[in-house]
Amino acid sequence: MSVPEDLQYTKTHEWVRIEDGVATVGITDHAQEELGDVVFVELPDRDATFEAGDAFGAVESVKAVSDLYAPVGGEVVEVNSGLENAPEKINEDPYGEGWILKLRVSEAGDLLSASDYEKVLAEED
Amino acid sequence: MTAKDLRRTSLYEEHKEAGARLVDFAGWEMPVQYAGIKAEHEAVRTRAGLFDVSHMGEVVFRGPDAETAVQRLVTRDVSRLEPGQAGYAAVCYEDGGTVDDVLVYRRPDDFLIVVNASNRDKDVTHFSENVSGLDVEVADESDDWALLALQGPDAVGILQPLTDTDFSGLKYYRFVGGEVDGLPVIISRTGYTGEDGFEIFIRPGDAVSLWRKLLDSGAEPVGLGARDTLRLEAGMCLYGNELDAETTPLEAGIGFAVHLDKEPQFVGQGALLLEEAEGLRKKLVGFEVEGRGIARHGHTVTDGARIVGQVTSGTHSPTLGRAIGLALVEPEVEDRFTVMIRDKPVPAKTVPLPFYKRDRR
Repeated sequence: MSVPEDLQYTKTHEWVRIEDGVATVGITDHAQEELGDVVFVELPDRDATFEAGDAFGAVESVKAVSDLYAPVGGEVVEVNSGLENAPEKINEDPYGEGWILKLRVSEAGDLLSASDYEKVLAEED
Repeated sequence: MTAKDLRRTSLYEEHKEAGARLVDFAGWEMPVQYAGIKAEHEAVRTRAGLFDVSHMGEVVFRGPDAETAVQRLVTRDVSRLEPGQAGYAAVCYEDGGTVDDVLVYRRPDDFLIVVNASNRDKDVTHFSENVSGLDVEVADESDDWALLALQGPDAVGILQPLTDTDFSGLKYYRFVGGEVDGLPVIISRTGYTGEDGFEIFIRPGDAVSLWRKLLDSGAEPVGLGARDTLRLEAGMCLYGNELDAETTPLEAGIGFAVHLDKEPQFVGQGALLLEEAEGLRKKLVGFEVEGRGIARHGHTVTDGARIVGQVTSGTHSPTLGRAIGLALVEPEVEDRFTVMIRDKPVPAKTVPLPFYKRDRR
């Protein structure tokens, strides 16, 4: 299970990379593994605004649906529209091409370091 | 329920070793997927998949009145079955609601009824309560059997070299006793995927050996996740989704398994005759989602203004690449409606069932 050191995480299995005030958000390798084959991603509109912890969309696999939660608060500046036709990118490359959206950060969230997230995973097993 | 309460089939260690994800299904710790639902689904549609369905129940009716008892309990006229023939049927309550959907196997001297794992105890109670006055033994022999399903276009090619039974003479919904790889089995040309294939009843102590042999021969292990997407594409009902105590077999679209002219009558026949005369209260339809999203079990169906039904099953169809589903709707509902997918209205259109039909070669 891959948990890159340079990212931050949520207890709800999103990852976030904050650069120049913009947070790129996706779901973790663990989350995609649990979901199985992702077949649909419900993305928010650009310009939508979320508070940290708000549900901003959903990822659906063949068998289940999982809500997505904003790791930080902010306005959506970009969504990964490539996922509309290739949702499997979330399985294949969760930390790369499977990114989901970018938020302009206006509110800090309750984020975990990679080592703290690994502890969360260990407790779930 | 904690994990320690879950029952395990004789193939549990095989599943664990194969890296399956195991889940609680009807009180059983069962494999939901191995390689992934889409890959397993495709294996069954294009090659051959192997399923452990040992959690299914087997109830045997034997004795002088066995046929009379089965006739009283199931919707199909089993007097029309020949020994060696199986038939799909429903079991109903007096009010026509469905207790279970089952396969009835007519053997030379008795009847074997395969029931859903989730309904096993309820069925045995229902059976026992409705055979009073008859000279019949109703025996729950579920623990005496493991059940493997080998399904897909390559199923015959995989199984034929392992047995003396000639499958060119074994038609769909026929079964025969024999040996596979030297192990005693009952081989049934049935399945729940829309593909050609077999269900193989075997003693639990022999199941691991057969499982490994079939995998070595080219079958790929398939879990309950793909079993559900396969049966849904094939337009087949799942008890608890399309069928339940509040839904009759006529409403769920399995009238082909109901013989309303049967004499003497089966439990629920009067209610079903009345419903047929008065008109169905609801009907099962297949649909495709036209907008974005995937309809799921329990989502509401509306005509834009009013609730007119409920989605009973829904998924993303791996074969068709579209979101498909089944819904129980009011009989007046026509070819277009709205599904409330996670509280958002999404248009859907009805389509003929099944969604997928194999090419018969």
